[in-house]
Order: sequence, then C-alpha cells, then structure tokens
Amino acid sequence: MIAESGLAALWFAAALALLQVALAGLALRLRNDDMTAAIRPVAMVQGLLCAGAMACLITVFAQSDMSVRLVFENSSAVKPMLYKIAGAWGNHEGSMLLWVTILGLAGAAVALFERQLEQRTLTATLGAQAVIALGFYAFLLFASNPFARLWPPAADGQGLNPLLQDPGLALHPPTLYVGYVGLSVAFSFAVGALVTRDVGPQFARAMRPWVLGAWIFLTLGITAGSYWAYYELGWGGWWFWDPVENASLMPWLAATALLHSVSVLATRDGLRAWTVMLAVVAFSMSMIGTFLVRSGVLTSVHAFAVDPERGTFILVLLALYIGGALALFGARIGTVRQGNTFDLVSREAGLVLNNLLLSVILGIVLIGTLYPLVAQGFGVQLSVGKPFFDKTAGPIALALMLVLAVGPLLRWRRDDAQAVLGRVTIPLGVAILAAVILVLLTPRAGAMPILGLAFAAGLAVASVAPLWRRNLKRTPWFIFGMVLAHLGVAVAVAGMASDSAFTQERLTALRFGETATVGPYDVTLKGVKPVVGENWSAIAGVLIVKRGTDRPFVMEPQQRFFSTPPTTTNESAIVTRWNGQLYTVLGQQNADGRWQVRLWWKPFVTLIWIGGAMIALGGLLALIGHMRRTMKMRRRAREYDEWAEAWL
Amino acid sequence: MKAKHQRLTLGLLAVAAVLGASGLALSALRTQASFFYSPGDVVRDGLPLGHHVRLGGMVEKGSVRHMPDGITVRFVVTDGKAQVPVRFTGVTPDLFREGSGVVAEGEFQRDGSFIADNLLAKHDARYMPPQVAGKMHETKTLQP
Repeated sequence: MIAESGLAALWFAAALALLQVALAGLALRLRNDDMTAAIRPVAMVQGLLCAGAMACLITVFAQSDMSVRLVFENSSAVKPMLYKIAGAWGNHEGSMLLWVTILGLAGAAVALFERQLEQRTLTATLGAQAVIALGFYAFLLFASNPFARLWPPAADGQGLNPLLQDPGLALHPPTLYVGYVGLSVAFSFAVGALVTRDVGPQFARAMRPWVLGAWIFLTLGITAGSYWAYYELGWGGWWFWDPVENASLMPWLAATALLHSVSVLATRDGLRAWTVMLAVVAFSMSMIGTFLVRSGVLTSVHAFAVDPERGTFILVLLALYIGGALALFGARIGTVRQGNTFDLVSREAGLVLNNLLLSVILGIVLIGTLYPLVAQGFGVQLSVGKPFFDKTAGPIALALMLVLAVGPLLRWRRDDAQAVLGRVTIPLGVAILAAVILVLLTPRAGAMPILGLAFAAGLAVASVAPLWRRNLKRTPWFIFGMVLAHLGVAVAVAGMASDSAFTQERLTALRFGETATVGPYDVTLKGVKPVVGENWSAIAGVLIVKRGTDRPFVMEPQQRFFSTPPTTTNESAIVTRWNGQLYTVLGQQNADGRWQVRLWWKPFVTLIWIGGAMIALGGLLALIGHMRRTMKMRRRAREYDEWAEAWL
Repeated sequence: MKAKHQRLTLGLLAVAAVLGASGLALSALRTQASFFYSPGDVVRDGLPLGHHVRLGGMVEKGSVRHMPDGITVRFVVTDGKAQVPVRFTGVTPDLFREGSGVVAEGEFQRDGSFIADNLLAKHDARYMPPQVAGKMHETKTLQP
C-alpha cells in the first residue's frame, strides 16, 4: 500500500504542477487576483506531495519491502538501517525522485518565503518552476517509476554497491541535489523576470538569497564528495576529473559567477542581461549534469545502468528547457533597459573579469566532459582526464586568484589605478616572498604547486585586507562572509598545491615484522586480524606507526568482504596530524605470504576540505547578513508606516 | 565610456574569452585525450604506440599472476576476439578479479603488451563501464 500511496502522491503532484502552470498563465494574462492568490498554496501542496512520495520510498526501503522492484534490485534485508534509508537514493529511480522532491520543495519554499519580488514576476516564476517540475514528473512516471512492483516478491534483495555503503553517501547526494536543484529557483526567477520584463536591483536582491543558498549546498556537497572519494576509494587522490565530479563542478562555477554578478545588479544596477543569462546557464549545467550522470552515457561509478531510452528522455527535456529559456532570453532581452555603466578600474570591472574567467573554466570543463561523447558519436572512444584539465584549467584558475585578490580592494563605479597599486603592495610582497622561499627550500616541487602556494599566501593577505581599518563591530555580516569565503579559497588552494608538491608515496609488500618508511613515519606490519561488521567481514592489517622517538600508535586499514552483492572493498586508515595526513591501504596477500601495503604522507592535505568548509561558511554568513539587512529594512518601513499613520 | 560602447566591449571580451577557452581546450584535447581500445581493436588497427590510452575488456580467467616483488601483477585482457597481456604495479582495485570487466590506463609496448599505471574495475554487469559493455555486446552479436 505504501508504494501505491507514493505513486498516487506523485500523480497528484504532477496534476497540481499542471494546474500551477495554467493558473500562472491565466493570472498573468487576465490580471486576475484570485488566480494569483491561488498559486502560492498550490505550489506548497505540490511540494508536500513530493515530500510524501519520497517518504513512502524511504519507508519501503527501511522495511526492506522486497515486493517493490527497486528495493529488490538495490537493497538487502541484512544491512545497517542507515544504508537502507540512504539506499533509497543510491539508485537511478530513487535519486530522480529525490531530485523532483527537492524541485517541488524549492517551489514551495519560494511560494512560502518570497516577499521581495514583484507580484507578477513571482507568479511567472512559480509558473516556470512548475513547467520544469512537469517534465521531470513525466520522466519519473513514464520512464523511471520508483514504485514499480515485483511479482512474486523476492526473499532478499540484490544489495547495494558496497562502495556506496558509507556515512558519506547518506548525506552527500541530498546535499548536492539541494544545490543542483536550488539553482532551478534562479532559473525560474530569470524566466519570470524575462516574462514580466522586470530585471533590476529589486529582482536581484530577491534572487540573491536563493542563489546563495543553492551555492552553499553545492560547495558543501562538492567538498564532502571530494573527501568521500579520497578516503573511500583508497587511491589517495581527492579529485579525479570524473565526469560526475565535473557535473557538480560546472553548476558550481556558473553559480559562483552568478553570485557575483547578481551583487553588481543588486548594488549598482549593472550587468542586467548577463545576470539573467547566467541564471539560465547555471541551472542548465545542473540539468546537463543530471543528464550525464543519469543517462549512463559516461563511464563512472555513478552511472547506474545503461538505458538509452531514459537518456533520450532527459536529453529532450534538456533541449526543451534550455532552448526555451534561451529563446525567451533572445526575444526579451532587447526590451530590458541598459543598466548602469562603470569605469575600467572599478569593483564592477573586477567582477566582470571574475565572471569571464569563471565562464572560461566552465567552458573548458564542459568541452572536456562532452568531448568523449561527441567523439563516440563519430565512432571514436576516448577519455579526457587529469592531464587535460590540469593543463588548461590550472593556469586560468591562477589568473582567477589574482582577480580574486585585487577585486575586493577596488571601489565601486570608479577607482584610481595608482591607489589600487598601493593597496596591493603588501599581498604582492607576501606572494613574492613566499615564492622565493619555496624555490630556495624545495626547488623540485614543480612550477604550478609553487605558484599555487605563493598565490595562496598573497590571496590570504589580500582577502582579509577589506577589514583593514574598519570598525569591525559595525561591519555588516556579508563583508565577513566575503572575507571568509575568499580566505577559504586561499586555504583550499594551499592544500591542493601542498598535496601535489610534497606528497610522498610508498608501495610495497611486507612480511610480518617488516618496516617501510614514508615521510617522517616508520610503518611496521605487526600482523593481520579478522574483524566482523554488521553485513561484512574484514581482514585488518595491524600497522605500528612510529615517528622518531614519539610514542608509536596503531593503524588498521581493512579489506572488507560484502556478501550481497559479493564484493571486496579497501577501507583506508587515515591519521590526521596538524601538518598533514598519513594514509594507509592494505592490499592483497601474495602467494609468498607478504601483504601489499600502500602508504602516503600528505602534508597539509586537510586544508583542501577546511578551505571548502570555509567557503561554504562564508556563503552562510553572507546569506544571514543579507537577510538581516532585508528584515531591518522591512522593520524600518513598518515603523515608518505606523509613525505616519499616527502623525500624518 | 558610452553605454553602447561598454556593452560592445563586454560582448567582444566575452566572445574573445570563449574563443580563447575553446582554442585552448581543443589544442589540449589533441595531445591529452586518451583513446579507448579493446584487444580486438588493436589487432585490427595496429598498436597505438607513444600514446596514453585506455584498454578495456574482461580479465581472462586463470590469467592473473603475481610477481615476486609483491606489488606487480600480470594478467590478460580479452574481449573474446583477441588478448593483450597487461602488467600493473600497484594495489589492484577492490572490484578487480578474474572474469570481470576492467579498464587499464597506460601505454602499449612494442611487443604488443600493455603497461598500466592505473586500473579501473567494476564488479558486475550493472556497474560495468558502458564502453566495455558496448564492446562486449558487439562481440556477442558478431559471434554466430
């Protein structure tokens, strides 16, 4: 019954989405207030129904209801409850339902909370949101029904890919999806504003919190995903330029650009057309990411199953939405009044440069990700990986860091080039000093890592410079947010550069009692021992790790065996110190009795994720700051109204 | 600067940036993309020497041999049409085993063998790389 309820909820939600589109269209045409008023509740109920459907799916997974095909194919009665629940979105249909649920809830949230947007634009926005939702409801209901039954019911399921049985999986996809799909709100805002020709600072201020929110989740999702890949895959890397990673990076790049251009529109009423364009592009990237991941056209751990029909379905949706939005953009943008202009040396110009560089990186990642597909179309099979992206995106990312350092030190509208040079002297000096020291100390580290570290040092100084000589108590929260996020970029880049410059790796086969050295550590294989978990058994290597004369400690990397489906995974053991991580992996036992052991010493690698978290936290501070200011202004307006009523 | 001029300048800048990015990307693709081969492809088209490529197929049953250094493994990749001997130094991936799909990244040698610097493996048909799945499918349909 639960599965049927979920399916029914989905159908009702789809019907409501259709109603929402009709209401929005009619309300805009007839200027009918009753219809306008009806849209908000419809959007909210639609969101609730989606959440209900998702809850039904989670319930059948939690109950291990093997009469539901999806549960049978992707779950198993013997596995921890956390992974039964997380398993609900660890497969194609479930993850699409999660996608649609978040889409519905995003629409509901707009209906519930949005107060700044002009009424007609809001109506058009909710209409656009419902149009997007309709397509994905159709996809779920006709091509990927998560609630399909299995007759006769099976005794037990086929199990979840053990790589996905990790606490990271429980949180990573939902976080990322909130980010992906949150961008649909920006897309709908842009479409709404184009429909009513209402592109201006008011629109930008209304859109900004939604973009910020989605961007925070994207940042967190990417950071968490990177750490998951780092410790779970046991390869010692933290970013593999896997198409699925790129699929999450592309919306993030677009959203980062959008975040900055929307600020120009909100504060200075510039970059009108560009901001609208970016809002369309950002969500388009989310949809392209969904298409790449869910259609199975690409080789990836995330490519669940190959089904060309589904791929075609999403591709058609994609073409309709992106094409439709771009056509609307083309038809309407001529009627959007030109915004304010600015000088070549100004904060606006810095932000334009930031946007250009971000777009270029986005273009490169997009080309690198799609090229294998295009080539496949011509019968050539190839893959594009790390060497390509490092060579192309790397130098541009460095240039972007330069802009990032200088941009916040520029004044809006117009600035004096001479004065700007004065302001960047100290960061520049720090960067040069850092480069010189690094070249002297570690001449073999390679050009890119040294440049990265030097730029990071300069950027770290430059990013806190906006707080210089400011009354910190009176500084708005969003300034702190900006400073923290930019500092986070410096920290993350320092971690990346340090990892690629100073990592030491040791791959060897050890007998019991033998010792291998990596970095400052001596690692001795003392023995192996069996370990039993809830749905796995394992062999753990007992490693005694010693650094100089310090007290030795024990690390136990495991080889885990799962029975459903029968699989072995490596569980790395990682020890974090203030100056880096020691990363150990236990390989197979050889015929002669030796065990393969792989060791890494990674100085300051943790900075990568600390930086990511700082960036997200900076976003959160900015979001709170902007919301506080909005509330304050609203309160002031209310107080004024009361005062005026009493005295005038 | 007049508004019209500014819009034009920004537009031109954007176009230049996009062209620059595409140019950079395409030129890098020529040297950095790694092509995908199945053992059968190599027999048909010859060895792609001097290029970093991917070799995909099944690990032939009974072909996995561990070398005395304890960290090097040799095995044979097959697609049902041809075989390629592969050598790999490192910890083999979790899902690597005889009779299952594998993608080896590395370079072909003059003697027709393959030295891999990375192995990717998937544990069954549901998680098989689409490229391998495609090739295996082809093979099946070609066989009488």
